[in-house]
Amino acid sequence: MVRLIDVYKAYDNGTKALKGVTMRIDDGEFVFLVGPSGSGKSTIIKLLTSEIRPTEGRLMVNGYNINTIRRGQIPHLRRTLGVIFQDFRLVEKKSVYENVAFAMRVVGASPKEIRLRVPYVLDLVGLSHKARRRPHELSGGEQQRVAIARALINNPRLIIADEPTGNLDPARSLEIMTILNKINSLGTTVVTVTHERELVNRFARRVIAIDGGRIISDRTGGYYSQ
Amino acid sequence: MRRYEVGYFFQEGVRGIFLHGFMSFAAVGVIAACLLIMGSVSLLAVNIDITIKEIQSQNEILVIIEESYSEAEANSVGTRISRIDNVADRVFVSKDAALEEFGRKLNNNFLLEGYEDEDMNPIRHRFVVQLRDVSQMRETIRELEDLTGVAAVNAEVGITDFILSIRSVVNAVSLSLIAMLLGVSVFIISNTVKLATFYRREEIGIMRIVGATNTFIRWPFVVEGFLLGLMGALLAFFVQWTVYNYMSVRVTGVIPIFSLAPFGDILIFVLPVFLLFGFVVGVLGSVLTIRRFLRV
Ligand SMILES: Nc1ncnc2c1ncn2[C@@H]1O[C@H](COP(=O)(O)OP(=O)(O)OP(=O)(O)O)[C@@H](O)[C@H]1O
Ligand SMILES: [Mg+2]
Repeated sequence: MVRLIDVYKAYDNGTKALKGVTMRIDDGEFVFLVGPSGSGKSTIIKLLTSEIRPTEGRLMVNGYNINTIRRGQIPHLRRTLGVIFQDFRLVEKKSVYENVAFAMRVVGASPKEIRLRVPYVLDLVGLSHKARRRPHELSGGEQQRVAIARALINNPRLIIADEPTGNLDPARSLEIMTILNKINSLGTTVVTVTHERELVNRFARRVIAIDGGRIISDRTGGYYSQ
Repeated sequence: MRRYEVGYFFQEGVRGIFLHGFMSFAAVGVIAACLLIMGSVSLLAVNIDITIKEIQSQNEILVIIEESYSEAEANSVGTRISRIDNVADRVFVSKDAALEEFGRKLNNNFLLEGYEDEDMNPIRHRFVVQLRDVSQMRETIRELEDLTGVAAVNAEVGITDFILSIRSVVNAVSLSLIAMLLGVSVFIISNTVKLATFYRREEIGIMRIVGATNTFIRWPFVVEGFLLGLMGALLAFFVQWTVYNYMSVRVTGVIPIFSLAPFGDILIFVLPVFLLFGFVVGVLGSVLTIRRFLRV
Protein backbone atom coordinates (compact mmCIF):
# COMPACT_ATOMS: atom_id res chain seq x y z
CA MET A 1 0.00 0.00 0.00
CA VAL A 2 1.13 3.49 -0.89
CA ARG A 3 -0.05 6.62 0.87
CA LEU A 4 1.07 10.20 0.21
CA ILE A 5 -0.43 13.02 2.27
CA ASP A 6 0.26 16.57 1.12
CA VAL A 7 3.77 15.76 -0.03
CA TYR A 8 6.12 18.55 -1.10
CA LYS A 9 9.53 18.04 -2.64
CA ALA A 10 12.01 20.82 -3.30
CA TYR A 11 15.42 19.75 -4.67
CA ASP A 12 18.61 21.23 -3.28
CA ASN A 13 18.79 23.72 -6.15
CA GLY A 14 15.37 25.05 -5.15
CA THR A 15 13.33 23.35 -7.89
CA LYS A 16 9.87 22.64 -6.50
CA ALA A 17 9.10 19.26 -8.10
CA LEU A 18 6.04 18.39 -5.99
CA LYS A 19 3.60 20.89 -4.55
CA GLY A 20 1.18 19.03 -2.33
CA VAL A 21 0.51 15.55 -3.64
CA THR A 22 -2.02 13.34 -1.88
CA MET A 23 -2.76 9.85 -3.16
CA ARG A 24 -3.57 6.39 -1.98
CA ILE A 25 -2.87 3.20 -3.86
CA ASP A 26 -4.28 0.02 -2.35
CA ASP A 27 -2.83 -3.46 -2.59
CA GLY A 28 -3.69 -5.18 -5.85
CA GLU A 29 -4.24 -1.99 -7.85
CA PHE A 30 -2.76 -1.17 -11.26
CA VAL A 31 -2.00 2.53 -11.67
CA PHE A 32 -0.70 4.58 -14.59
CA LEU A 33 1.13 7.73 -13.56
CA VAL A 34 1.01 10.18 -16.45
CA GLY A 35 1.97 13.78 -17.09
CA PRO A 36 4.18 16.01 -19.19
CA SER A 37 7.93 16.04 -18.94
CA GLY A 38 9.16 17.64 -15.72
CA SER A 39 5.80 17.32 -14.00
CA GLY A 40 7.22 15.32 -11.11
CA LYS A 41 6.51 11.68 -11.99
CA SER A 42 10.03 10.41 -11.42
CA THR A 43 10.20 12.44 -8.24
CA ILE A 44 7.23 10.48 -6.88
CA ILE A 45 8.90 7.21 -7.89
CA LYS A 46 12.15 8.18 -6.13
CA LEU A 47 10.18 9.07 -3.01
CA LEU A 48 8.53 5.65 -3.05
CA THR A 49 11.91 3.87 -3.27
CA SER A 50 13.34 6.21 -0.62
CA GLU A 51 16.05 7.43 -2.96
CA ILE A 52 15.04 10.92 -1.87
CA ARG A 53 13.09 12.22 1.11
CA PRO A 54 10.06 14.50 1.05
CA THR A 55 10.55 18.12 2.06
CA GLU A 56 7.10 18.14 3.65
CA GLY A 57 4.15 15.82 4.00
CA ARG A 58 3.69 12.21 5.04
CA LEU A 59 4.62 9.15 3.04
CA MET A 60 3.96 5.46 3.69
CA VAL A 61 5.05 2.55 1.48
CA ASN A 62 4.24 -1.08 2.30
CA GLY A 63 3.99 -0.22 5.97
CA TYR A 64 7.26 1.73 6.09
CA ASN A 65 7.03 5.36 7.13
CA ILE A 66 9.40 7.04 4.65
CA ASN A 67 9.54 10.20 6.78
CA THR A 68 11.16 8.48 9.69
CA ILE A 69 12.74 5.42 8.08
CA ARG A 70 16.24 4.67 9.37
CA ARG A 71 18.98 4.19 6.83
CA GLY A 72 19.42 0.58 7.86
CA GLN A 73 15.73 -0.07 7.13
CA ILE A 74 15.84 1.23 3.54
CA PRO A 75 17.18 -2.04 2.06
CA HIS A 76 14.33 -3.88 3.76
CA LEU A 77 11.78 -1.47 2.34
CA ARG A 78 13.29 -2.00 -1.10
CA ARG A 79 12.99 -5.76 -0.80
CA THR A 80 9.22 -5.28 -0.73
CA LEU A 81 9.50 -3.37 -4.02
CA GLY A 82 10.42 -4.28 -7.58
CA VAL A 83 11.74 -1.31 -9.49
CA ILE A 84 11.94 -1.07 -13.28
CA PHE A 85 13.61 1.74 -15.22
CA GLN A 86 13.48 3.09 -18.74
CA ASP A 87 17.15 2.18 -19.31
CA PHE A 88 16.83 -1.41 -17.94
CA ARG A 89 19.90 -1.10 -15.67
CA LEU A 90 21.30 -4.57 -16.20
CA VAL A 91 24.86 -5.55 -15.32
CA GLU A 92 26.60 -5.92 -18.68
CA LYS A 93 29.19 -8.46 -17.61
CA LYS A 94 26.61 -10.84 -16.17
CA SER A 95 24.38 -13.26 -18.08
CA VAL A 96 20.61 -12.92 -18.08
CA TYR A 97 20.39 -15.67 -15.48
CA GLU A 98 23.05 -14.01 -13.31
CA ASN A 99 21.38 -10.61 -13.55
CA VAL A 100 18.24 -12.09 -12.05
CA ALA A 101 19.95 -14.44 -9.59
CA PHE A 102 22.12 -11.56 -8.38
CA ALA A 103 19.04 -9.81 -6.91
CA MET A 104 18.30 -12.92 -4.86
CA ARG A 105 21.91 -13.27 -3.77
CA VAL A 106 21.82 -9.67 -2.56
CA VAL A 107 19.01 -10.48 -0.15
CA GLY A 108 20.79 -13.60 1.03
CA ALA A 109 18.89 -16.34 -0.77
CA SER A 110 20.47 -19.82 -0.79
CA PRO A 111 21.83 -21.33 -4.04
CA LYS A 112 19.04 -23.87 -3.91
CA GLU A 113 16.33 -21.22 -3.64
CA ILE A 114 17.99 -19.39 -6.52
CA ARG A 115 18.12 -22.52 -8.70
CA LEU A 116 14.42 -23.11 -8.13
CA ARG A 117 13.17 -19.56 -8.43
CA VAL A 118 15.16 -17.99 -11.30
CA PRO A 119 13.98 -20.37 -14.08
CA TYR A 120 10.41 -19.91 -12.90
CA VAL A 121 10.56 -16.13 -13.16
CA LEU A 122 12.47 -16.19 -16.46
CA ASP A 123 9.71 -18.41 -17.80
CA LEU A 124 7.12 -15.90 -16.60
CA VAL A 125 8.68 -13.20 -18.82
CA GLY A 126 9.31 -15.65 -21.67
CA LEU A 127 13.11 -15.67 -21.53
CA SER A 128 13.97 -19.20 -20.41
CA HIS A 129 15.74 -19.89 -23.68
CA LYS A 130 18.01 -16.83 -23.33
CA ALA A 131 19.22 -17.38 -19.76
CA ARG A 132 22.87 -17.74 -20.81
CA ARG A 133 22.94 -14.63 -22.99
CA ARG A 134 24.51 -11.33 -22.00
CA PRO A 135 22.27 -8.23 -21.87
CA HIS A 136 23.87 -6.74 -25.00
CA GLU A 137 22.88 -9.82 -26.96
CA LEU A 138 19.21 -9.10 -26.31
CA SER A 139 16.77 -6.68 -27.87
CA GLY A 140 15.53 -3.73 -25.83
CA GLY A 141 12.25 -5.46 -25.14
CA GLU A 142 14.05 -8.59 -23.96
CA GLN A 143 16.34 -6.58 -21.73
CA GLN A 144 13.37 -4.92 -20.14
CA ARG A 145 11.86 -8.35 -19.56
CA VAL A 146 15.06 -9.34 -17.76
CA ALA A 147 14.67 -6.24 -15.64
CA ILE A 148 11.07 -7.22 -14.90
CA ALA A 149 12.19 -10.73 -13.96
CA ARG A 150 14.73 -9.18 -11.61
CA ALA A 151 12.07 -6.91 -10.11
CA LEU A 152 9.81 -9.92 -9.55
CA ILE A 153 12.40 -12.32 -8.23
CA ASN A 154 12.06 -11.46 -4.55
CA ASN A 155 8.27 -11.60 -4.68
CA PRO A 156 7.64 -7.90 -4.06
CA ARG A 157 4.31 -6.47 -2.96
CA LEU A 158 4.67 -3.47 -5.24
CA ILE A 159 6.16 -3.09 -8.71
CA ILE A 160 7.27 0.45 -9.56
CA ALA A 161 8.14 1.18 -13.17
CA ASP A 162 9.42 4.54 -14.40
CA GLU A 163 8.70 4.70 -18.14
CA PRO A 164 9.46 1.00 -18.69
CA THR A 165 8.54 1.32 -22.37
CA GLY A 166 10.29 4.63 -23.03
CA ASN A 167 13.03 3.01 -25.14
CA LEU A 168 10.84 0.50 -26.96
CA ASP A 169 8.78 0.42 -30.15
CA PRO A 170 4.97 0.15 -29.83
CA ALA A 171 4.86 -3.63 -30.24
CA ARG A 172 7.50 -4.17 -27.55
CA SER A 173 5.79 -1.62 -25.32
CA LEU A 174 2.53 -3.53 -25.56
CA GLU A 175 4.41 -6.71 -24.69
CA ILE A 176 5.91 -5.17 -21.56
CA MET A 177 2.63 -3.64 -20.45
CA THR A 178 0.91 -6.99 -20.98
CA ILE A 179 3.47 -8.67 -18.72
CA LEU A 180 2.97 -6.00 -16.05
CA ASN A 181 -0.77 -6.53 -16.34
CA LYS A 182 -0.29 -10.27 -15.90
CA ILE A 183 1.84 -9.69 -12.84
CA ASN A 184 -0.90 -7.49 -11.43
CA SER A 185 -3.50 -10.15 -12.07
CA LEU A 186 -1.36 -12.49 -9.95
CA GLY A 187 -1.85 -10.07 -7.04
CA THR A 188 1.07 -7.63 -7.13
CA THR A 189 0.40 -3.91 -7.03
CA VAL A 190 1.79 -2.10 -10.09
CA VAL A 191 2.53 1.60 -10.46
CA THR A 192 3.90 2.58 -13.84
CA VAL A 193 4.86 5.90 -15.31
CA THR A 194 4.25 6.24 -19.02
CA HIS A 195 3.89 8.74 -21.84
CA GLU A 196 2.05 6.40 -24.15
CA ARG A 197 -1.53 7.41 -24.48
CA GLU A 198 -2.54 4.43 -26.64
CA LEU A 199 -1.35 1.97 -24.04
CA VAL A 200 -3.07 3.80 -21.22
CA ASN A 201 -6.33 3.84 -23.10
CA ARG A 202 -6.01 0.27 -24.20
CA PHE A 203 -5.67 -1.10 -20.67
CA ALA A 204 -8.32 1.16 -19.19
CA ARG A 205 -6.96 1.10 -15.64
CA ARG A 206 -6.66 3.77 -12.97
CA VAL A 207 -4.82 6.86 -14.30
CA ILE A 208 -3.30 9.53 -12.06
CA ALA A 209 -2.32 12.60 -14.05
CA ILE A 210 0.26 15.03 -12.72
CA ASP A 211 1.17 18.49 -13.92
CA GLY A 212 3.48 21.03 -12.32
CA GLY A 213 3.93 18.91 -9.21
CA ARG A 214 0.19 18.54 -8.53
CA ILE A 215 -2.38 15.84 -9.24
CA ILE A 216 -4.75 17.19 -11.87
CA SER A 217 -6.89 14.10 -12.28
CA ASP A 218 -7.32 10.63 -10.84
CA ARG A 219 -9.78 8.44 -12.72
CA THR A 220 -10.29 4.81 -13.55
CA GLY A 221 -11.03 3.86 -17.14
CA GLY A 222 -8.16 5.27 -19.11
CA TYR A 223 -7.68 8.19 -21.42
CA TYR A 224 -5.73 11.26 -20.55
CA SER A 225 -5.02 14.40 -22.53
CA GLN A 226 -1.73 16.24 -22.51
CA MET B 1 22.12 -5.53 -31.50
CA ARG B 2 24.37 -3.83 -34.04
CA ARG B 3 27.99 -4.79 -34.50
CA TYR B 4 29.42 -1.43 -33.45
CA GLU B 5 27.43 -1.65 -30.25
CA VAL B 6 28.82 -5.08 -29.49
CA GLY B 7 32.30 -3.77 -30.27
CA TYR B 8 31.77 -0.79 -27.98
CA PHE B 9 30.60 -2.92 -25.07
CA PHE B 10 33.55 -5.25 -25.53
CA GLN B 11 36.01 -2.38 -25.70
CA GLU B 12 34.54 -0.70 -22.63
CA GLY B 13 34.67 -3.96 -20.71
CA VAL B 14 38.32 -4.58 -21.58
CA ARG B 15 39.24 -0.96 -20.87
CA GLY B 16 37.54 -1.12 -17.49
CA ILE B 17 39.37 -4.30 -16.54
CA PHE B 18 42.69 -2.84 -17.60
CA LEU B 19 42.07 0.45 -15.84
CA HIS B 20 41.20 -1.36 -12.67
CA GLY B 21 43.96 -3.91 -13.08
CA PHE B 22 46.54 -1.22 -13.40
CA MET B 23 45.31 0.59 -10.31
CA SER B 24 45.43 -2.64 -8.34
CA PHE B 25 48.95 -3.21 -9.57
CA ALA B 26 49.86 0.35 -8.62
CA ALA B 27 48.32 -0.03 -5.18
CA VAL B 28 50.26 -3.21 -4.46
CA GLY B 29 53.44 -1.50 -5.69
CA VAL B 30 52.90 1.55 -3.52
CA ILE B 31 52.12 -0.47 -0.40
CA ALA B 32 55.20 -2.60 -1.02
CA ALA B 33 57.36 0.48 -1.64
CA CYS B 34 56.09 2.20 1.50
CA LEU B 35 56.71 -0.91 3.54
CA LEU B 36 60.17 -1.31 2.07
CA ILE B 37 61.19 2.22 2.90
CA MET B 38 59.67 1.95 6.35
CA GLY B 39 61.15 -1.47 6.86
CA SER B 40 64.63 -0.47 5.73
CA VAL B 41 64.67 2.61 7.92
CA SER B 42 63.37 0.67 10.93
CA LEU B 43 65.83 -2.16 10.37
CA LEU B 44 68.62 0.39 10.12
CA ALA B 45 67.50 1.91 13.41
CA VAL B 46 67.31 -1.51 15.05
CA ASN B 47 70.78 -2.41 13.84
CA ILE B 48 72.22 0.89 14.97
CA ASP B 49 70.81 0.18 18.41
CA ILE B 50 72.33 -3.27 18.37
CA THR B 51 75.68 -1.81 17.32
CA ILE B 52 75.48 0.78 20.05
CA LYS B 53 74.86 -1.93 22.63
CA GLU B 54 77.80 -3.84 21.21
CA ILE B 55 80.02 -0.79 21.44
CA GLN B 56 78.75 -0.21 24.94
CA SER B 57 79.97 -3.62 25.99
CA GLN B 58 83.16 -3.66 23.94
CA ASN B 59 84.30 -0.11 23.88
CA GLU B 60 85.48 0.27 27.44
CA ILE B 61 87.11 3.35 28.77
CA LEU B 62 90.61 3.02 30.11
CA VAL B 63 91.31 5.21 33.12
CA ILE B 64 95.07 5.43 33.60
CA ILE B 65 96.25 6.23 37.12
CA GLU B 66 99.17 8.56 37.92
CA GLU B 67 102.50 6.76 37.70
CA SER B 68 103.45 7.57 41.30
CA TYR B 69 100.33 5.97 42.79
CA SER B 70 100.63 2.71 44.67
CA GLU B 71 98.09 -0.03 44.26
CA ALA B 72 96.25 1.04 47.43
CA GLU B 73 96.17 4.65 46.32
CA ALA B 74 94.91 3.58 42.93
CA ASN B 75 92.10 1.63 44.59
CA SER B 76 90.93 4.72 46.42
CA VAL B 77 90.69 6.44 43.04
CA GLY B 78 88.61 3.44 41.99
CA THR B 79 86.08 4.11 44.73
CA ARG B 80 85.72 7.65 43.50
CA ILE B 81 85.33 6.41 39.90
CA SER B 82 82.44 4.18 40.88
CA ARG B 83 80.72 7.14 42.53
CA ILE B 84 80.23 8.73 39.09
CA ASP B 85 76.62 8.15 38.06
CA ASN B 86 77.24 6.96 34.54
CA VAL B 87 79.79 4.34 35.53
CA ALA B 88 78.23 0.92 35.38
CA ASP B 89 81.26 -1.09 36.29
CA ARG B 90 84.99 -0.68 36.90
CA VAL B 91 87.65 -3.35 36.98
CA PHE B 92 91.08 -2.69 38.43
CA VAL B 93 94.04 -3.85 36.38
CA SER B 94 97.37 -3.59 38.13
CA LYS B 95 100.61 -2.67 36.35
CA ASP B 96 101.70 -6.31 36.36
CA ALA B 97 98.45 -7.74 35.17
CA ALA B 98 98.30 -5.13 32.41
CA LEU B 99 101.82 -5.94 31.30
CA GLU B 100 101.12 -9.61 31.29
CA GLU B 101 97.98 -9.11 29.23
CA PHE B 102 99.87 -6.83 26.89
CA GLY B 103 102.42 -9.58 26.38
CA ARG B 104 99.76 -12.16 25.84
CA LYS B 105 98.16 -9.97 23.20
CA LEU B 106 101.44 -9.49 21.42
CA ASN B 107 102.09 -13.19 21.83
CA ASN B 108 105.71 -12.38 22.09
CA ASN B 109 107.31 -12.60 25.50
CA PHE B 110 110.62 -11.60 24.09
CA LEU B 111 109.53 -8.00 23.90
CA LEU B 112 108.72 -8.04 27.55
CA GLU B 113 112.06 -9.28 28.66
CA GLY B 114 113.75 -6.87 30.92
CA TYR B 115 110.50 -5.30 32.05
CA GLU B 116 109.80 -7.96 34.66
CA ASP B 117 111.41 -5.83 37.24
CA GLU B 118 108.77 -3.81 39.07
CA ASP B 119 110.48 -0.48 38.57
CA MET B 120 111.10 -1.06 34.93
CA ASN B 121 107.37 -1.70 34.13
CA PRO B 122 106.35 1.16 31.78
CA ILE B 123 102.65 0.41 32.21
CA ARG B 124 100.60 2.20 34.84
CA HIS B 125 97.75 0.99 37.08
CA ARG B 126 94.45 1.33 35.34
CA PHE B 127 90.71 0.82 35.56
CA VAL B 128 88.59 -0.63 32.81
CA VAL B 129 85.32 1.30 33.06
CA GLN B 130 81.99 0.50 31.46
CA LEU B 131 79.29 3.10 31.03
CA ARG B 132 75.58 2.93 31.54
CA ASP B 133 74.83 5.35 28.70
CA VAL B 134 77.29 5.82 25.87
CA SER B 135 75.56 8.94 24.66
CA GLN B 136 76.95 10.73 27.74
CA MET B 137 80.44 9.46 27.13
CA ARG B 138 82.00 12.92 26.74
CA GLU B 139 80.66 14.27 30.03
CA THR B 140 81.72 11.14 31.86
CA ILE B 141 85.21 11.31 30.42
CA ARG B 142 85.49 14.90 31.60
CA GLU B 143 84.40 13.86 35.11
CA LEU B 144 86.92 11.03 35.12
CA GLU B 145 89.70 13.34 34.00
CA ASP B 146 88.84 15.76 36.81
CA LEU B 147 89.47 13.15 39.47
CA THR B 148 92.80 13.57 41.23
CA GLY B 149 95.07 10.67 40.56
CA VAL B 150 93.77 10.11 37.03
CA ALA B 151 96.53 10.65 34.53
CA ALA B 152 94.65 10.00 31.32
CA VAL B 153 91.41 8.63 29.94
CA ASN B 154 91.40 6.64 26.74
CA ALA B 155 88.20 6.15 24.80
CA GLU B 156 87.05 5.98 21.22
CA VAL B 157 84.81 8.98 21.40
CA GLY B 158 84.79 9.54 17.68
CA ILE B 159 83.08 6.34 16.61
CA THR B 160 80.55 6.48 19.42
CA ASP B 161 79.62 10.03 18.55
CA PHE B 162 79.28 9.18 14.91
CA ILE B 163 76.97 6.26 15.53
CA LEU B 164 74.94 8.18 18.07
CA SER B 165 74.35 11.02 15.68
CA ILE B 166 73.33 8.57 12.97
CA ARG B 167 70.89 7.00 15.36
CA SER B 168 69.17 10.26 16.22
CA VAL B 169 68.92 11.19 12.56
CA VAL B 170 67.61 7.75 11.64
CA ASN B 171 65.05 7.83 14.44
CA ALA B 172 63.74 11.23 13.42
CA VAL B 173 63.68 10.33 9.74
CA SER B 174 62.07 6.95 10.30
CA LEU B 175 59.30 8.34 12.48
CA SER B 176 58.35 11.05 10.03
CA LEU B 177 58.72 8.71 7.06
CA ILE B 178 56.50 6.09 8.64
CA ALA B 179 53.78 8.64 9.39
CA MET B 180 54.00 10.05 5.89
CA LEU B 181 54.06 6.71 4.10
CA LEU B 182 51.13 5.46 6.13
CA GLY B 183 49.16 8.43 4.86
CA VAL B 184 50.35 7.91 1.30
CA SER B 185 49.44 4.23 1.33
CA VAL B 186 45.94 4.85 2.67
CA PHE B 187 45.49 7.54 0.05
CA ILE B 188 46.57 5.27 -2.78
CA ILE B 189 44.40 2.37 -1.65
CA SER B 190 41.54 4.75 -1.24
CA ASN B 191 42.00 5.96 -4.80
CA THR B 192 42.18 2.43 -6.13
CA VAL B 193 38.99 1.54 -4.39
CA LYS B 194 37.38 4.80 -5.49
CA LEU B 195 38.19 3.86 -9.05
CA ALA B 196 36.91 0.34 -8.54
CA THR B 197 33.68 1.72 -7.09
CA PHE B 198 33.38 4.19 -9.92
CA TYR B 199 33.88 1.41 -12.40
CA ARG B 200 31.19 -0.61 -10.68
CA ARG B 201 28.92 2.31 -9.77
CA GLU B 202 26.07 1.00 -11.92
CA GLU B 203 26.32 -2.41 -10.35
CA ILE B 204 26.30 -0.80 -6.92
CA GLY B 205 23.26 1.29 -7.89
CA ILE B 206 21.45 -1.86 -8.98
CA MET B 207 22.42 -3.68 -5.81
CA ARG B 208 20.99 -0.85 -3.76
CA ILE B 209 17.74 -0.75 -5.66
CA VAL B 210 17.13 -4.47 -5.20
CA GLY B 211 17.66 -4.06 -1.47
CA ALA B 212 21.30 -4.86 -0.77
CA THR B 213 22.50 -3.62 2.59
CA ASN B 214 25.57 -1.41 2.72
CA THR B 215 27.46 -4.22 4.40
CA PHE B 216 26.71 -6.51 1.50
CA ILE B 217 27.92 -3.91 -0.98
CA ARG B 218 30.98 -3.05 1.08
CA TRP B 219 32.35 -6.55 1.52
CA PRO B 220 33.80 -7.14 -1.93
CA PHE B 221 35.69 -3.89 -1.66
CA VAL B 222 36.95 -4.63 1.81
CA VAL B 223 38.21 -7.98 0.59
CA GLU B 224 39.79 -6.26 -2.36
CA GLY B 225 41.61 -3.81 -0.11
CA PHE B 226 42.60 -6.66 2.18
CA LEU B 227 44.06 -8.65 -0.69
CA LEU B 228 45.90 -5.65 -2.09
CA GLY B 229 47.37 -5.10 1.36
CA LEU B 230 48.32 -8.74 1.69
CA MET B 231 50.03 -8.82 -1.69
CA GLY B 232 51.85 -5.57 -0.98
CA ALA B 233 53.03 -6.88 2.39
CA LEU B 234 54.27 -10.19 1.03
CA LEU B 235 56.02 -8.53 -1.90
CA ALA B 236 57.69 -6.06 0.46
CA PHE B 237 58.69 -8.84 2.82
CA PHE B 238 60.50 -10.88 0.20
CA VAL B 239 62.19 -7.88 -1.34
CA GLN B 240 63.20 -6.71 2.13
CA TRP B 241 64.62 -10.11 2.89
CA THR B 242 66.73 -10.14 -0.27
CA VAL B 243 67.89 -6.57 0.10
CA TYR B 244 68.70 -7.07 3.76
CA ASN B 245 70.81 -10.14 3.19
CA TYR B 246 72.63 -8.44 0.36
CA MET B 247 73.19 -5.28 2.37
CA SER B 248 74.35 -7.05 5.52
CA VAL B 249 77.18 -8.67 3.58
CA ARG B 250 78.04 -5.36 2.00
CA VAL B 251 77.83 -3.22 5.12
CA THR B 252 79.72 -5.61 7.34
CA GLY B 253 82.41 -5.74 4.66
CA VAL B 254 82.79 -1.96 4.66
CA ILE B 255 82.22 -1.09 8.32
CA PRO B 256 83.25 -4.08 10.44
CA ILE B 257 82.13 -2.59 13.75
CA PHE B 258 78.60 -2.29 12.39
CA SER B 259 77.06 -5.55 13.46
CA LEU B 260 73.85 -6.53 11.65
CA ALA B 261 71.38 -8.91 13.19
CA PRO B 262 70.75 -11.89 10.89
CA PHE B 263 67.44 -11.51 9.06
CA GLY B 264 66.26 -14.82 10.46
CA ASP B 265 66.27 -13.24 13.93
CA ILE B 266 64.11 -10.29 12.97
CA LEU B 267 61.98 -12.05 10.37
CA ILE B 268 59.41 -13.07 12.97
CA PHE B 269 58.94 -9.39 13.82
CA VAL B 270 59.08 -8.02 10.29
CA LEU B 271 56.47 -10.32 8.76
CA PRO B 272 53.61 -9.68 11.22
CA VAL B 273 54.31 -5.94 11.21
CA PHE B 274 54.25 -5.86 7.42
CA LEU B 275 51.08 -7.95 7.25
CA LEU B 276 49.38 -5.84 9.88
CA PHE B 277 50.32 -2.68 8.05
CA GLY B 278 49.13 -4.13 4.74
CA PHE B 279 45.79 -5.18 6.20
CA VAL B 280 45.21 -1.94 8.07
CA VAL B 281 46.07 0.20 5.06
CA GLY B 282 44.12 -1.99 2.64
CA VAL B 283 40.99 -2.35 4.72
CA LEU B 284 41.06 1.21 6.05
CA GLY B 285 41.55 2.62 2.58
CA SER B 286 38.62 0.72 1.14
CA VAL B 287 36.25 1.14 4.08
CA LEU B 288 36.79 4.89 4.24
CA THR B 289 36.24 5.24 0.50
CA ILE B 290 33.19 3.03 0.37
CA ARG B 291 31.66 4.86 3.31
CA ARG B 292 31.59 8.06 1.32
CA PHE B 293 30.10 6.18 -1.59
CA LEU B 294 27.34 4.53 0.39
CA ARG B 295 26.05 7.66 2.07
CA VAL B 296 22.54 8.62 0.79
N1 LIG C 1 18.12 15.79 -8.81
C1 LIG C 1 17.44 16.90 -9.17
N2 LIG C 1 17.90 18.10 -8.78
C2 LIG C 1 17.22 19.20 -9.12
N3 LIG C 1 16.11 19.23 -9.82
C3 LIG C 1 15.59 18.06 -10.23
C4 LIG C 1 16.23 16.82 -9.93
N4 LIG C 1 15.52 15.84 -10.46
C5 LIG C 1 14.47 16.41 -11.06
N5 LIG C 1 14.50 17.75 -10.92
C6 LIG C 1 13.51 18.70 -11.40
O1 LIG C 1 12.29 18.42 -10.78
C7 LIG C 1 11.22 18.55 -11.71
C8 LIG C 1 10.46 17.25 -11.81
O2 LIG C 1 11.33 16.27 -12.33
P1 LIG C 1 10.93 14.75 -12.58
O3 LIG C 1 12.14 14.01 -12.95
O4 LIG C 1 10.13 14.28 -11.43
O5 LIG C 1 9.99 14.92 -13.87
P2 LIG C 1 9.26 13.78 -14.74
O6 LIG C 1 7.82 14.01 -14.57
O7 LIG C 1 9.77 12.45 -14.37
O8 LIG C 1 9.74 14.17 -16.19
P3 LIG C 1 10.07 13.20 -17.43
O9 LIG C 1 8.75 12.78 -18.00
O10 LIG C 1 10.81 14.06 -18.36
O11 LIG C 1 10.85 12.05 -16.93
C9 LIG C 1 11.83 18.99 -13.02
O12 LIG C 1 11.71 20.40 -13.12
C10 LIG C 1 13.27 18.58 -12.90
O13 LIG C 1 14.08 19.47 -13.61
MG1 LIG D 1 10.94 10.94 -15.31
